[in-house]
Amino acid sequence: MQKQAIFQSKLLPYALVAPQLAIVLIFFYWPALQAMIQSFLLQDAFGLSTSFVWFENYIELFRERAYFEAILRTFFFSFAIAVSSLSFALLLAVMADKPLRGSMLYRTLLIWPYAVAPPVVGVLWIFMLHPSLGVLSRYLRAAGIDWNPLLDGDQAAALIILAAAWKQISYNFLFFLAGLQSIPRSVIEAAAIDGARPMRRFWTVIFPLLSPTIFFLLVVNIVYAFFDTFGIIDTMTRGGPGKSTETLVYKVYTDGLLGGNLGSSAAQSVILMIMVIVLTGIQFRFVERKVTY
Amino acid sequence: MANVTLRSVRKTYPGGFEAIKGVDVDVGDGQFCVLVGPSGCGKSTLLRMVAGLETVTGGEIDIGGRIVNGVEPADRDIAMVFQNYALYPHMSVYNNMAYGLRNRGMAEAEIRTRVDEAARILELTSMLERKPRQLSGGQRQRVAMGRAIVRQPKVFLFDEPLSNLDAKLRIAMRVEIRKLQRRLNTTSIYVTHDQLEAMTLADILVVMNGGQVEQVGNPLDIYEKPATTFVASFIGAPPMNLMSTRPEEIRSQLAGSNAADAGIVGIRPEDFVITDETPAGGVALPLTVEAIERVGAETFVYGSREQEDQRVAATPGELPPGEVIVRIPGTQAPAIGARIRVAAVRAKLHLFSDDGRTRLNG
Repeated sequence: MQKQAIFQSKLLPYALVAPQLAIVLIFFYWPALQAMIQSFLLQDAFGLSTSFVWFENYIELFRERAYFEAILRTFFFSFAIAVSSLSFALLLAVMADKPLRGSMLYRTLLIWPYAVAPPVVGVLWIFMLHPSLGVLSRYLRAAGIDWNPLLDGDQAAALIILAAAWKQISYNFLFFLAGLQSIPRSVIEAAAIDGARPMRRFWTVIFPLLSPTIFFLLVVNIVYAFFDTFGIIDTMTRGGPGKSTETLVYKVYTDGLLGGNLGSSAAQSVILMIMVIVLTGIQFRFVERKVTY
Repeated sequence: MANVTLRSVRKTYPGGFEAIKGVDVDVGDGQFCVLVGPSGCGKSTLLRMVAGLETVTGGEIDIGGRIVNGVEPADRDIAMVFQNYALYPHMSVYNNMAYGLRNRGMAEAEIRTRVDEAARILELTSMLERKPRQLSGGQRQRVAMGRAIVRQPKVFLFDEPLSNLDAKLRIAMRVEIRKLQRRLNTTSIYVTHDQLEAMTLADILVVMNGGQVEQVGNPLDIYEKPATTFVASFIGAPPMNLMSTRPEEIRSQLAGSNAADAGIVGIRPEDFVITDETPAGGVALPLTVEAIERVGAETFVYGSREQEDQRVAATPGELPPGEVIVRIPGTQAPAIGARIRVAAVRAKLHLFSDDGRTRLNG
């Protein structure tokens, strides 16, 4: 049974949703539509003429080797960020779930990083790992590692993954903790009586019962790694050195705003839009139905 | 094959709360021991201590001649049936039962034999591939039982296993549990707050209150000779009538007998008869009928005494002061508002000290 509000006037409900609708239309649908139109247009180098080129921007894009590299790089980043952030958050949540003194403080502190904005995260990590300013860089050098993420692309990538994963740990931790607490204590006690040692108990009982949470977080983390890492990349590496940390989203920005190739940039946006629609679709489909265990 | 012995077992929580205040119980091999008491009396805590799910802060728990205070639950050779069944929701019925055996490295063929045997006994054979959520409450309960029996442990522990079932199923499962326990002859400890369940299942009944044992013994002995007013009012339904001996009405009747120093007299509802005679040394009371309950085989009469009674030691299930319950054959039914006279013979009186902690007649 759904609750139904009764309105005297037929116009009132429309008037009430109008502001929200206006925001969605102006700030989401209008730019999306613009991007779609733009992706079919080609501008000459001086911006004097614009012609309609059908799918040429897309075809051009898929001929470009750099684009495929960016796709691969983005997938790799997403995978690395999601896996490292999820596994570390799960470890912390399992620890925090134990009855210990000061657990509330511990939990609160673990949730804090979520409130830090991505560019700030970038700056924080730069302070720690900048080749000449960084505190940790000194120790890394002292340990014999030639640490210079400004020149070494792999190190730069590691730095981005580290910062991005760190930021997402709080969010994952929160969901994992809630997931762990929703597992009936008696089920875990039954497993203990059934002779399962803590590690086996975790892998055969707790982990399977967390699988809906894990799946949900996996999708959320991938979406995060795809789109929300922009701020971190922009403050830390600006996609460099070379193109070693340029993800799909960052490439939209560099090609469009810095490179001035609006048509290609728009085409890339549209592709990203399709990706996020697919991911969200998967998520809703499974979250609605719940992963069956 | 194991005795379970608790020797002055104590549990004090870090905050200082004393949940178990020194409990001594001896459960013989193959016996069915029931811990009964109101909620919060510590009976579940005590059971969880036997299981190893709660630490023991004092005393000793001995299972089959081995002190298990510091032993992990898995190594105590016990099986437990939980109130909410605690089945593994992601495993089939078969795997739920096989899990404990696999953890102990048993061969798959032997596991199959044992699970099939348990499933046959519990009539679960056709459901082995189902998940717990596809089962009814009674079926889940049987899977939980199955998980316990496949292990062939020394001791079964039951933590209010029937309280989530409806009344009819509860009675059926109660009988099943008793039959199964007799057949397997495994020492069992069973926790319940339902005195009827306790009476029907127990070889040894342990009545608990406030973290202490009030009385241990054979259920019928406890029923016939409750050691305290708490036990008297907790065991038996409807509860025993407990009355202060101070009012002249009762004092005069008890005078002369050896019960002169009793502070409280208890009479079970079924020990009253409607009569005009006064049995020698017994108690007769005039009552006004306030309400009657006819349940077929018997009728319960709720009467009020002429004289306001003083409150006797507060216990759960206690009657309001001045109210008396009388149980008479179902064929009789006095009219509401009628004045009747009920009496109980001397042998049926339970005499307690003023504080209700000591029974005065043997």
